[in-house]
Amino acid sequence: MELSAWIQFMIGIPLVGFVISLMIPERKEHLLSRVAFYTAGLNLVSVFVFLIFWGIQGFETLNLKELTLYKTEDFEFLIDFFFDRVGAVYVVMGALLTFLITFYSRYYLHRESGYKRFFNTVLFFYLGFNITVLAGNFETLFVGWEILGLSSFLLVAFYRENYLPTRNAIKVFSIYRIGDVGIILAMWASHHLWHENITFLKLSNAELVHEHLMGHSGVGLFISLMLLLAAAAKSAQFPFSSWLPRAMEGPTPSSAIFYGSLSVHLGVFLLLRTFPFWENQIVVRVIIALIGLTTAILSTMIARVQTSVKTQIGYASLTQIGIMFIEVAAGLEVLALIHFMGNAFLRTYQLLVSPSIVSYLIREQFYGFEPKAKDQKSGFTSKLKLSFYIWSLKEWNLDKLINRMVFRPFKNIGHKLDFLTYKTVLYYFLPSYLIGIGLLIIGYTIPSSIHFYLPFVFSFIALLMVLKAFSERRSARLSWTLLIMNHLWMVLAIAENELFAWDEIAIYLSGVVVFGLSGLLIISYLKRETGQSGLFEYQGYVKHYPVLSFLFLISALGLMGFPISPTFLGEDLLYSHIGDDQFLLALFAAIAFVMEGIVTMRIFARLFMGSKKPTLLPDTMNSQKRILSMGSVLKKGSISPFNSSSDQLN
Amino acid sequence: MKHTKDARANGIEEILHELKHFLPAQAPLKDFVHHNTLHAFQHMPFHQALKQAGTQFGYKGYLPLEEYRALYRAGKIRGEILQNVLIDHFGEKESNDWIIKLLDQKSKPEVSSKVGSFRGHWRSEYHFNLDKVTHPFLFRILSAYLDQGISIWSFPGNSDGFLDAIRAIQKESYSSILKTTRAKNLLFDPELSIEKVLEILVGNPDGYGWYLFDQQFAHPGWSGMVSVLESQPESLLDSKTITLQDLILFECLLEIDALDQKFGENWIPIGIRFPVKTQDLFVTSPFEQQDLMLQMWQEAYEWSYYDEVLAGIKYVKPMVQSPDTPSFQAMFCIDDRECSIRRHLELLDPACATYGTPGFFNVEFYFQPEFGKFHTKVCPAPMTPKYLIKETADHKKLATDAHFNQTSHSLIRGWVSAQTLGFWSALKLVSNIFRPSSSALEVSSFKHMDPNGTLTIEYEGVEEGGLQVGFKIIEMADRVEGLLKSIGLLDKFSPIIYMIGHGASSINNTHYAGYDCGACSGRPGSVNARVIAHMGNDPRVREILTSRGIEIPESTQFLGGLHDTTKDEIMFYDTEILSQSNLMFHRMNQELFAQSLDVNAMERSRRFATISKSKTLDSLHEKVKKRAFSLFEPRPEYNHATNSLCIVSRKSTIKGLFLDRRAFLNSYDYRKDPEGIALTRILGAAAPVCGGINLEYYFSKMDNEKLGAGTKLPHNVMGLIGVANGADGDLRTGLPYQMVEIHDPIRLMLIVEHEPEVVMNVLLKNPATYEWIKNYWVHFVVLDPRTKVFNYYRDGGFVKYVPKAHIDQIDHLKDKLMSSDENLPVYLIDSL
Repeated sequence: MELSAWIQFMIGIPLVGFVISLMIPERKEHLLSRVAFYTAGLNLVSVFVFLIFWGIQGFETLNLKELTLYKTEDFEFLIDFFFDRVGAVYVVMGALLTFLITFYSRYYLHRESGYKRFFNTVLFFYLGFNITVLAGNFETLFVGWEILGLSSFLLVAFYRENYLPTRNAIKVFSIYRIGDVGIILAMWASHHLWHENITFLKLSNAELVHEHLMGHSGVGLFISLMLLLAAAAKSAQFPFSSWLPRAMEGPTPSSAIFYGSLSVHLGVFLLLRTFPFWENQIVVRVIIALIGLTTAILSTMIARVQTSVKTQIGYASLTQIGIMFIEVAAGLEVLALIHFMGNAFLRTYQLLVSPSIVSYLIREQFYGFEPKAKDQKSGFTSKLKLSFYIWSLKEWNLDKLINRMVFRPFKNIGHKLDFLTYKTVLYYFLPSYLIGIGLLIIGYTIPSSIHFYLPFVFSFIALLMVLKAFSERRSARLSWTLLIMNHLWMVLAIAENELFAWDEIAIYLSGVVVFGLSGLLIISYLKRETGQSGLFEYQGYVKHYPVLSFLFLISALGLMGFPISPTFLGEDLLYSHIGDDQFLLALFAAIAFVMEGIVTMRIFARLFMGSKKPTLLPDTMNSQKRILSMGSVLKKGSISPFNSSSDQLN
Repeated sequence: MKHTKDARANGIEEILHELKHFLPAQAPLKDFVHHNTLHAFQHMPFHQALKQAGTQFGYKGYLPLEEYRALYRAGKIRGEILQNVLIDHFGEKESNDWIIKLLDQKSKPEVSSKVGSFRGHWRSEYHFNLDKVTHPFLFRILSAYLDQGISIWSFPGNSDGFLDAIRAIQKESYSSILKTTRAKNLLFDPELSIEKVLEILVGNPDGYGWYLFDQQFAHPGWSGMVSVLESQPESLLDSKTITLQDLILFECLLEIDALDQKFGENWIPIGIRFPVKTQDLFVTSPFEQQDLMLQMWQEAYEWSYYDEVLAGIKYVKPMVQSPDTPSFQAMFCIDDRECSIRRHLELLDPACATYGTPGFFNVEFYFQPEFGKFHTKVCPAPMTPKYLIKETADHKKLATDAHFNQTSHSLIRGWVSAQTLGFWSALKLVSNIFRPSSSALEVSSFKHMDPNGTLTIEYEGVEEGGLQVGFKIIEMADRVEGLLKSIGLLDKFSPIIYMIGHGASSINNTHYAGYDCGACSGRPGSVNARVIAHMGNDPRVREILTSRGIEIPESTQFLGGLHDTTKDEIMFYDTEILSQSNLMFHRMNQELFAQSLDVNAMERSRRFATISKSKTLDSLHEKVKKRAFSLFEPRPEYNHATNSLCIVSRKSTIKGLFLDRRAFLNSYDYRKDPEGIALTRILGAAAPVCGGINLEYYFSKMDNEKLGAGTKLPHNVMGLIGVANGADGDLRTGLPYQMVEIHDPIRLMLIVEHEPEVVMNVLLKNPATYEWIKNYWVHFVVLDPRTKVFNYYRDGGFVKYVPKAHIDQIDHLKDKLMSSDENLPVYLIDSL
């Protein structure tokens, strides 16, 4: 047997384990944990056996061309696997930690409601992790990357009936999604650079890379920065750091494995994996090192002022990951790998024993307390020290920064379209869309001066659709419809841009139509059943409609182009039709992609997660409401600065 | 209670007072002590209080109707009892209608609580999520200020008080806490007062109180912690000055700041748009049909069990008093966890006698271990001892674990840590997961005191910090006498009298203090056991006792010990003092103790679903021990779960009854206390301690979200004082789900063996104890020893009760035990 074929086991075992775990009924606690335990254990054994053979063969880099999903003359969507030293370390760590955590959790989660959900999600995560670290090209990596994003969302929101976990899960997902766009754009640009779907094997050929980058240094830089964006978001590097502490909402072992060890080190992995590509771009290496350095310095300061044990470990871990970025930038691959292993173990262990800190430190304090020395100094340095303390306590406003820079502007644009209702969308945008598509079908040639702008206009409309969907709160149905419209307009835009073959359009739209309609049906059904489908509050319908909620999750995933829907492939195809000079178009499409994902997950979360507060008000309040109609918030005579658009994200 | 009415006067002083009264009164984790969660409502009858707490705060005090019905169908609520309860309340005629209602009527939709509804208008009518803006930073800075040692950079400044610290920061740093001018000016305004900020926020003095309730109950955990620290600052080792008033002022300033940032300075105060009256918050809520239904179900649920217990007591065969001196005597704590070990001892050696008494053994003092910088109280929480016992020991080192060393959080040293310590943690992780063993992370009851150290038990003229170091001889005699009298042990002293305190061991357990002895303020009772044994052995003490009519033979020796209820191990102290013959007895008894502990571990293991039952006694015990240091074990033991009884009687009254570890047992011999003097003291402690434990379990189970701490799996330790969910949440109070999951939420039934008239006299003389009974926070039954009639308390008098249940006699308890992990019925047993 080809040794490379063994890689399939490392994907296959978690996949089979995951599927089996889905089919076991909830009450069979023992069986569930056993499946998870044996899946991780079997894989661990298989990895070790494989490593022995691999060692005998002299640790040579392996590549396995698994499966071609779609192929045209200049486009090939290929599932491809790759194994080298970096992959080996990550695979071993993944197997080892997942194995330990599943063993730990079978007792720890005993009798917890959601026992099954937990092990399903952990196995799903593990599958995504292995796909990512074994991926042989960007497309395959992206499949794993998406699975990681989703499983993170599900684990942060494990206590889905509570408000904070749900809110923070969306926050984490949003940041991940920003990272995803980095991979998409990197894929798009590299497609144009190589004129093929480049494998990591070829990427490690320094001469080949050098040859292609000659004269395309701009594209090279762009690709590298996009990869960095993806890596930084995944590894919570500056300026994305603030999601990490907020992700610590799930059961402790899941926080340990995800945010202490595996998930958070995947940014480092991406950099290690693509190192040959940007090795010779000094600017990129400097930027990566600077981001790492900034993160390391900021997060060590933030860690010092944390008063909760889990967030402190989170920031301490980030500090080390920042240093790993520097190590990778400096080309110290081995050091970075050792550092990764040590840090992953250390933080996993620290998180797992974190509840013990109370008795431990109290005891230490009891026997060794020294009252704090009063420092009476004043002046510039002490003033500075104080300021650093407060800035660190505020996490250097990183959370606000992302909100203000990214999400708030989008929401403001969305609010500009507040006049849109479900009906107006149907009356204006659907007909105009039909005209557009009609023209396309009959092959009407539009004067090229106008035609040149059409893709931009259409894609901009698509973008507006999704932004409006983002700010829409009154109606879930409208928001969802706008999301479907976004896809439709985007296809039209690309179809006007370049010859987008009908079968390609069909691939793209089949997912949108199927999952879009099923989602729409579910929303309408809910509205009929419960009488409301606004998105102002978390409705928590998962409690009463668990099956429906699962179906809606599937619809949401399908609509956003998760790798269960043909749209996933379609998105990739779509990008292949955006020219390498059409940055604006690519940008619109990218933003639409990010927001599409965030909005669908948010609709899901608002409808099905959280818990509904009682709608009946106490008597005293009801009479109040009747007397006072909705008045102005402001005192008479003042100009209204009231602007609902300044609501923050989520 | 009087001050409730005063709040209607709207003075801020009174409102603050009211607030403190209603906020959760849970101390920092290390001082966790069980108490009635709804202590603020204790002046009202139980069901009325639950109704009031429900409408006011949205607390749930009952199970959902559906669950009661399921219990009824499962036979756990017995039909005849339900019928009885209904007839009792509504009369024969109407009770049939009620049965139908109870079984079929749909439950009414939930109404949101009054608290929170006024301030909720920010969100619903101003479209502004104020809490989302202010809470995270408020919690952060509060936690930073109170932190006991998690953060590496401690809170800057030397200010005395929270608000002063904020002022100093605002003035001294480049980073501003408040952003807008008005809020900043207010912060430095010398006339800053709660009225002043509320005028801006609320505008209408009628609503001030309501607003503050809404605001503080949006984060009851933090507010409660501040309120507790204000009144007991000593519960922080690294002391911090803070008042609820400071917290409210700062929070109001944050709110003004946020509102001004959003709307400018010109928004209409919330109380002007929505005028409310604070007194409406406290209006008595009328009982509705659903409340009555819930009440009936709950009563029927409770009596279904009580009836069995009383029937059991009725079936106990009267014993012929043996004229011999018992083979040995052993005193344990009244704790429900000791109920079974006593049973096993008595079954294995029918000649021995065991007693139950509060586990501080009537010696109240502070304890300061060797090298300890502080002292801890080891007696019931409400007592303030005047004594200090110090330990001197050599070569005692504190075990450490490098993983808690904070250098791993820094930049450069963290880098080194990750490369070195990181791989060490891999090994620790693997070994800890597959072979759990004792480590520095563990809390072990045996480490509370060094068994080889010496204690300064006798007063030698030293005073320290206002405390007397050690006891005088006469003070010792008083305590030994009090103890012996309260349990009625005045003659027939065995050669060895064991004094066994108890404690617990666990790891990864933030609520560890709640597992130790409640009568020792959440510490193990080892020091107390040693101290009382020493006192009892002192010849000078014996002399005084003899003069008071208690003659303890010279050959009798007291021996202290500690029972670890998690691992089921006992350690004995100072065995070297035993005489030759007693040492021999002790060796034999030790065998007996070891056997009982094995059986006890087996009995406990039936509740642990993750332990397979087919093992031998030894390996079951090993498995049980392992739970104490398994990182992944959220239930090292079940603590007081399932507690539901407190029996104050002679052992013979309940001899041979299997009570399934659900009873607090306090030994008491009415014949030796005709006036009820000892009873007064016993009830004075039993009602609040056992009642408090019971009600904390009751409410944590009924409303685990609001009155309990939720599941402990996502808990995150904040500042070493509390736990929160995740990074930004409020502190959680009450008990976590894992502690109460197997608990049946029923009130405590307090059974006293004495003449009803004497008992009533005792109650009337002690209003604090009487309040518990008068308002039905515990059920109260008096067993008249003359007539063997049960009299239960109702409306100021006693009503006769005739138990209905039939009690089985079983031969093989062991088989029965392993057959189910549910609560077992009351049985009569006479062998294991």
